[in-house]
Amino acid sequence: MIRVVLPAHLRTLAQVDGEVQLQVDGPVTQRAVLDSLEARYPVLCGTIRDRRSGKRRAFVRFFACEQDLSHESPDDELPDPVARGDEPYLIVGAMAGG
Amino acid sequence: MSGVRVLVGTRKGAFVLTADGQRKDWTVAGPHFPGWEIYHVKGSPAEADRIWASQSSGWFGQVIQRSDDGGGTWAPAGSDFSYDGEPGTHQWYDGTPHPWEFARVWHLEPSLDDPDTVYAGVEDAGLFRSSDGGGTWQELPALRSHKSGPSWQPGAGGMCLHTILLDPAHPGRMYAAISAAGAFRSDDAGESWRPVNQGLHSEGIPDEDAEVGHCVHRIAQHPARPDTLFMQKHWDVMRSDDGGGSWHEISGNLPTDFGFPIDVHAHEPDTVYVVPITSDSHHFPPEGKLRVFRSRTGGQDWEPLTRGLPQEHCYVNVLRDAMAVDSLDDCGIYFGTTGGQVYGSADSGDTWAPIVRDLPAVLSVEVQTLP
Repeated sequence: MIRVVLPAHLRTLAQVDGEVQLQVDGPVTQRAVLDSLEARYPVLCGTIRDRRSGKRRAFVRFFACEQDLSHESPDDELPDPVARGDEPYLIVGAMAGG
Repeated sequence: MSGVRVLVGTRKGAFVLTADGQRKDWTVAGPHFPGWEIYHVKGSPAEADRIWASQSSGWFGQVIQRSDDGGGTWAPAGSDFSYDGEPGTHQWYDGTPHPWEFARVWHLEPSLDDPDTVYAGVEDAGLFRSSDGGGTWQELPALRSHKSGPSWQPGAGGMCLHTILLDPAHPGRMYAAISAAGAFRSDDAGESWRPVNQGLHSEGIPDEDAEVGHCVHRIAQHPARPDTLFMQKHWDVMRSDDGGGSWHEISGNLPTDFGFPIDVHAHEPDTVYVVPITSDSHHFPPEGKLRVFRSRTGGQDWEPLTRGLPQEHCYVNVLRDAMAVDSLDDCGIYFGTTGGQVYGSADSGDTWAPIVRDLPAVLSVEVQTLP
């Protein structure tokens, strides 16, 4: 199972506590993880990436294994510890005040 | 016993303020959707317990929320606002072409008679409608694709469609206003539109009385006299008596005719309220005195309403969607400030009192009169 950590506002919106665990079939890419996440929680469609283009929203970042994956290809495979479920995939609201 | 429910959208959540018909003792509920910008909250005239909220954030985009129990509980509705076809470009602040991009829903206008139908005015300016209780949204593209669209430009707050008026007397007639394009009217339920800005004059655009390009801040209408419209423009308070066909200025003796909200007394179609703001560069009340101005003559002659409002050191603003009236007798008037105060008057504006003082900056105020 893939472990996903959502920012607080999206946990509230999706009505989840703590990490989300997702089943991803096939290669574990960012796109596959987000597809699975949005299929489980349709209310998150459009909140992380554009509904049509799939482009990451400007103030959202993707981290895993102490790396910033925000600018990696969405079709690159995620690090093995994420694919094994040892490490979470972090969806983060960019740090900004307000 | 009758009562009122005041729906408040703020920079950091939504609040629901309720009172009985005396409007003295208030219950404050919220924040709903804490931490999110709530541009607008409005109840259905056809089903009072159905309430819509526009929830948005620069981080996570747009969510529409719906309550079916008067704001007690909420559930996300559909929030896919996709422009019809290729939306093209409008003018950017510097006059260059800029792609039409959806940013947020500024205003939700529920149908007068169908609780499942609601209109949404969005930034970048467009008009959407849902006829399935908010599940899906379809653009009414004729407005955005009006031939003047490529020349529209944003106001300081963005190129927003902020006002939607549904005419109760003429089926299919509706008005929309866009900053900074102006006012538009449809007589066929949004299938076609024409600008209705004749008589407006605006400095800061190449042709001061152009057909479009005016920064209309708000339009108000009394349901018993729907052909009469009142407008707070960027500068100038205006009136039309022919459904927007022509406008004339009614600023009269106002201390300044810059401002954002405008509204009409529930029982007196010639009693109008505005909140003058110093200028477009000084978004606070003149002399640090928060004053609502009331005209009982349909404009020109205005009186300041000050009792209960701060008359020194007050430097808040009152935004375009942040004033509303109830339909009790005597009419109640409500407005919210960027300082987080919501003021109410239960006597047509003669006296005021804060309902709540320390909310986040108020973006919108609506009121429902309950049986």
